[in-house]
Amino acid sequence: MEPQQSYVLRTVEERGVRLIRLWFTDVLGQLKSLAISPAELETAFEEGVQFDGSAIDGFSRVQEGDVLAVPDAASFELLPWADAEEPTGRIFCDIQNLDGTPFEGDPRQVLRRNLEAARAKGFTFFTAPEVEFFYFESADDPTPLDQAGYFDLTTLDVSSDLRRRTLHMLESMGIPVEYSFHEDSPGQHEIDLRYTETLDMADNIMTMRLVVRKIALDSGIHATFMPKPLDDAQGSGMHTHMSLFEGDENAFHDGDDPLGLSTTARQFMAGVLLHAPEFTAVTNQLVNSYKRMLSGYESPVYVSWASNNRSALVRVPIHKRGKPTSARLEYRALDSAANPYLAYSVILAAGLRGIEESYELPAEAQDNMWTLDRSAARSAGLERLPQNLHEALDRMEESELVREALGEHIFEWFLRNKRAEWADYQRYVTPYELDRYLRVW
Amino acid sequence: MDPLLVFPDPPPPELAQSLDLAGMAWKGVANAVVAEQHEEDHVWAGGVVVADQDPDGAFALLRALRKRNQPLEAVLLLVNGGQLGQLELRNDLFDDFCLTPFQPRELEARLTHLFFKRGHGTRDELIEHGDLVLNIETYQAAIGTKPLDLTYMEYELLKFLASRPGKVFTRETLLSRVWGYDYYGGARTVDVHVRRLRAKLGEEHAGLIQTVRSVGYSFGQSRWSI
Repeated sequence: MEPQQSYVLRTVEERGVRLIRLWFTDVLGQLKSLAISPAELETAFEEGVQFDGSAIDGFSRVQEGDVLAVPDAASFELLPWADAEEPTGRIFCDIQNLDGTPFEGDPRQVLRRNLEAARAKGFTFFTAPEVEFFYFESADDPTPLDQAGYFDLTTLDVSSDLRRRTLHMLESMGIPVEYSFHEDSPGQHEIDLRYTETLDMADNIMTMRLVVRKIALDSGIHATFMPKPLDDAQGSGMHTHMSLFEGDENAFHDGDDPLGLSTTARQFMAGVLLHAPEFTAVTNQLVNSYKRMLSGYESPVYVSWASNNRSALVRVPIHKRGKPTSARLEYRALDSAANPYLAYSVILAAGLRGIEESYELPAEAQDNMWTLDRSAARSAGLERLPQNLHEALDRMEESELVREALGEHIFEWFLRNKRAEWADYQRYVTPYELDRYLRVW
Repeated sequence: MDPLLVFPDPPPPELAQSLDLAGMAWKGVANAVVAEQHEEDHVWAGGVVVADQDPDGAFALLRALRKRNQPLEAVLLLVNGGQLGQLELRNDLFDDFCLTPFQPRELEARLTHLFFKRGHGTRDELIEHGDLVLNIETYQAAIGTKPLDLTYMEYELLKFLASRPGKVFTRETLLSRVWGYDYYGGARTVDVHVRRLRAKLGEEHAGLIQTVRSVGYSFGQSRWSI
């Protein structure tokens, strides 16, 4: 038995843990949980826990239903909100086929595989997301909890108290928070997680979403990561800062470059830009995601990059002089409803492709692209990101890169599932249509 | 570490080998007189007495050692299955016993357990710093009476730093000593874990792990707890 596993067993015994929750994520990015008694944990480490995966979105086809959940000992944490009388632990799982091979429908295994590809080239992929979300009175009543704005510090603000409690809980679970503040829209907040290696980060994002919702719910409030809940306010993005390290060196840094960016960083960025329209269905997976990505709502619209221009798809943040470790790229299209395992897989795969094939980086965008009209954008040679889920799926379907990054199983399932979502949406007559057309036509 | 008293001298080779592999210091003694002579240099950490070759010699030695003002503690007796009847009326002479032929891991586990029960063993079990306590035996950490829930790597990192207070370690040293050389991923991993540890220690104790600019980290007095 590995020392990590004996350590977990030991802790379970010492702390009198009564229940172990085995966590994993379905293809759509919903957290799933399977509870076992502590007595089963040792066997679970050795053999995995068998369950019928066919009921999980995007997992097995019915005829090959059973899979194994194998707990990853490094991810064990006690749940701080559990009853003191009944300590409960959680542990993320990798899903395997019954023969012990990685299960191709498991997003965590997909991310592992892509990180492994980076590792084979000597790279470690670090990410740091800025996660936005809303607090509403309830799930049935999308009235924002407050009317404050960007960075506002208000007195007697219920939501800042919620945010404070959320931070404490995240920190106590070993998820360090870099910043948190009130975002631009009423009821909108942002929590920036401090960078870490990307498998841990995807786990952290899943945990964080649960913690945010759980703490809100305890006060009878609904927290949502829906990308665009309000018509007239900006939506919730998950801008992500990224860097590749080669051992102790930041492979994105070059002190001689005016922007401090290495050739590797430029090629990575070129890969991300070239393939962005193909993987947008993954980074922005809901019908609703595309209502966030409109001009005027602080979300990127055109495939472009710039240093410190927030309308670009990839931004090069100005990093502090003499701090090469913080040279990084920020991908700004991602939204808070993405499956982090899959989203980081496709972005990384695109970046690595750029490095492998020495892609040429297009020129830096000079203008504020939110003010560009159609013809100005066309003459500047700017490509638009897909404007709805349907378009995004068409682009994805042709993409050999996305197929490879996700693997055949998830690629096919995702397309089928999302096509169905789009078809379902299409037949829906919206209040907008009734308002506008019913009387007049 | 003080040595274990071992009887007979020389002990059976498999016993000598097992003790060596377990990293336990030991000295063979032939009788109580020799045992006393050795005590001019050191105290005995405990004893392992093999009774299946020379039961009379073994029990005589144990009785002599038990009768002293400072009786020998933590004594493990090795007997064969046929000798179990001889243990009757001799229960005061030993603290635990083990059947021969013995399993090396069982022998080690029984000795470790005896040391643990005596409260001062082959190594220090507690690392204390202010109200931070790490229990090496149970792998648990606490601040005051509040348990600190750490992952394995967080625990190992804290243990390494806290058992060497005031010393400054580079990220590379921490990486090789705590993670081991086969770990992939650079020194940035250390930064990530230090930040996680500080998060779990909480604001009040986060300063226990100090960043030494452009060198690394050290463990020391929290800036907040004076």
